[in-house]
Amino acid sequence: MKRTTPEPVQVIKERRDKALRVLAGSIPYAHFLGIRFDRRGDELTALLPFDEKLIGNPFLPALHGGVTSAFLEVTAIIELSWSILWEEMETGTLDPRVLDADHLPRLPKTIDFTVDYLRSGLPRDAYARARVNRSGRRYASVHVEAWQDNRSRIFAQATGHFLIPARARPE
Amino acid sequence: MTDKDVAQRFIDAVPHARALGMVLEEIGEGRAVISMPYDARFVGDPSTGVISGGVVSALMDTCCGAAVLSYPGARGTATLDLRIDYMRAARAGQRIIARAECYHATRSVAFVRATAHDEESARDDGLPVATVTAAFTMDGGKAAGKQRALADEAAAPDAGGAA
Repeated sequence: MKRTTPEPVQVIKERRDKALRVLAGSIPYAHFLGIRFDRRGDELTALLPFDEKLIGNPFLPALHGGVTSAFLEVTAIIELSWSILWEEMETGTLDPRVLDADHLPRLPKTIDFTVDYLRSGLPRDAYARARVNRSGRRYASVHVEAWQDNRSRIFAQATGHFLIPARARPE
Repeated sequence: MTDKDVAQRFIDAVPHARALGMVLEEIGEGRAVISMPYDARFVGDPSTGVISGGVVSALMDTCCGAAVLSYPGARGTATLDLRIDYMRAARAGQRIIARAECYHATRSVAFVRATAHDEESARDDGLPVATVTAAFTMDGGKAAGKQRALADEAAAPDAGGAA
């Protein structure tokens, strides 16, 4: 029996990073807010570097509640798309070489999103991670948490339901 | 100074509201209307040109906050919980108009609902783009002393730090 040589780690890394870059770069509003994504294997962490335009209450000062909510929602959408994309990349149904802005899977649509504001967002960098609790053929439920200096001191969390767009697969 | 002046100053003093180009249309008695122009930088899905849900959230949150601040006796507020339901995509190229109403307030909590329309549905009283139900803090609570002082500072005509 002949064993196939595993792909060099650099090739795999580049493929995954490229897919993430194309996906995360596809949302203009995420770019406007300055959101970036950090990847460790399939785990994503969203970063929101602090900027003056993200302030909602200049007297405290605190991040705008809408910024927090948008940050959580973008993180949830990217995580959900990424989990679908990852599956397709790993099983070979998607060829990452043809993946660019024009060949990106349609983004999931938010049905509803509920944000729980636990404490005010401080004027510094924020981080978020999302967990896909259920992802069926059409609907998905995603939970997301955001923190700043201290991972265990979450400043906001949210749960959202998303509509997964029908994927036109090559025959 | 009228309620509207106070609230427009409130909007102008909020860097993110300014960054999104929000305009206060109406305010008073626990109700607020805020609109926002279409901007390609705020798109959520480039294949359709539809504005990001996050932008609509930010507009709704600001509008709800303004409605709470215009409630008789209110002096400071912060979002506790906000749920948004997206009924349909906003039409690309059109303004978004949010309308919020603080329909009940206790000494420490304000209950708010809001709707967002694009130009077409606002004109025809059609299906909203999204609806919101939210709970906000209101005066009374533990942080109220500080919040109140801050809100007073924001509302005081001679407060230089407002912008």
